[in-house]
Amino acid sequence: MTPTTVIVGASLAGINAARTLRLQGQLGPIVVVDADPERPYDRPPLSKQILTGEWEPEKILLPAGKEDLNLDFRLGTRAKALDLASRQIILEGPTGALETSSFDSLVIASGASARRLPDTAGIAGVHVVRTLADSLALRAELDAGPFRVVVIGAGFIGAEVASSCRKRGLDVTLVEALPLPLERILGAEMGQVCAQVHIENGVDLRLDTGVLQIETSSVDGVERVRAVVLSDGTVVEAEVVVVGIGVTVNTQWLEGSGIALDDGVMCDNTLLAAPDVVAAGDIARYPSARFGRTLRVEHWETAIAGGEAAARRLLAEASGETPAVFDPVPWFWSDQYDRKIQLAGRPMPTDECRIVHGTTAEFRFVALYGDGDRLTGVLGMNRPRHVVQLRALFDEGVSFSEACERAAAL
Amino acid sequence: MRIVVDFDLCESNAVCMGIAPEIFEVRDDDFLYVLNENPPESMRAKMEESVQRCPKQAISIAED
Repeated sequence: MTPTTVIVGASLAGINAARTLRLQGQLGPIVVVDADPERPYDRPPLSKQILTGEWEPEKILLPAGKEDLNLDFRLGTRAKALDLASRQIILEGPTGALETSSFDSLVIASGASARRLPDTAGIAGVHVVRTLADSLALRAELDAGPFRVVVIGAGFIGAEVASSCRKRGLDVTLVEALPLPLERILGAEMGQVCAQVHIENGVDLRLDTGVLQIETSSVDGVERVRAVVLSDGTVVEAEVVVVGIGVTVNTQWLEGSGIALDDGVMCDNTLLAAPDVVAAGDIARYPSARFGRTLRVEHWETAIAGGEAAARRLLAEASGETPAVFDPVPWFWSDQYDRKIQLAGRPMPTDECRIVHGTTAEFRFVALYGDGDRLTGVLGMNRPRHVVQLRALFDEGVSFSEACERAAAL
Repeated sequence: MRIVVDFDLCESNAVCMGIAPEIFEVRDDDFLYVLNENPPESMRAKMEESVQRCPKQAISIAED
């Protein structure tokens, strides 16, 4: 009998796990399950090129999803429960029918879902951006030319949605509960720069401001958003609201299964969550020796690397090889207006932040983050060459002060 | 093998440069330059990694 692998999640981590298993010679069935009915697609364009209308959905299909890898796709199918002892998973198909599927090994890559505001379910005009369907639904409303879009949350998704709306010439109010956007990720100094980028691009930015209520009106029997009431009492009228307040991991189906959960699936440093069970992508939490704490990384590149590493972990188990440690340098990019923000590493907001190239005034610079003399982050705004070159310093074990000197010499 | 970059898609994230700086170079003008369009066969693994890790799917390998 050839072993069967079930992969829950057909997005970047899951599809790359499948591809790696196949290319590394796994002959048995590979079942790829995803609640999303669409063929595997790439998410970064959902808040950018898909929203602006520059790209059609066909263009974001993942190449690995189109390769002939002999995968058994179960799309529109949700994982409902896991029985570790009997190595069975309960699936709910598109019609609601339940099915039990047996596996020899399991890849958990069920990702995360967009958080929503309470009591807004079913209100027309209120959107999140996580799936292709989400993005297309929002795009259809933007096509109609609303007089104002309110974006709630100035994190990366909110910032990119605001940017895409501005590119379409729409008026945007961007509401952020924290005193500065991205403060928890980039610290106050860089948060201030990101705030300025929004303002320079004509966004009505409301910082340190919460949302009290979504006001609605009934249009042709449909309850539709009319305005957003902010914590300072201001009422912002809008036809469209986009909520970008983070994600929650899709671990419901794992509760009570014996898989350890703590804001993600707890893995060891090789992405193993249980014997013959691995996790990858947004859902995987692993101990990082590099950063001295557990990390759960929601970045695009980490999903690919994690999917590949998780597959290799299963193969190492089968062949008796020593498994590789998973501890890459996290890296992501975010395109906002005409600025490209890239961050390598994982700084704490309280880390020292030193500008080593360019100036924040021209919105083209490189900043390094350090915790004592340990390098923790490389941030670039429209400086891709420097970010990629300085990212390599993490693996060289270079100190913060030496990294600053090396950066100045680039 | 020949490296083909779709410059309409490329947005200079410089991931490829991190993988194979001998072949890919993003310069201070923020544009990508391919330093050697015909890398030696010994670099195939790095070229395939560059194809896979390009956030814009802008790199491909032609066999000719």
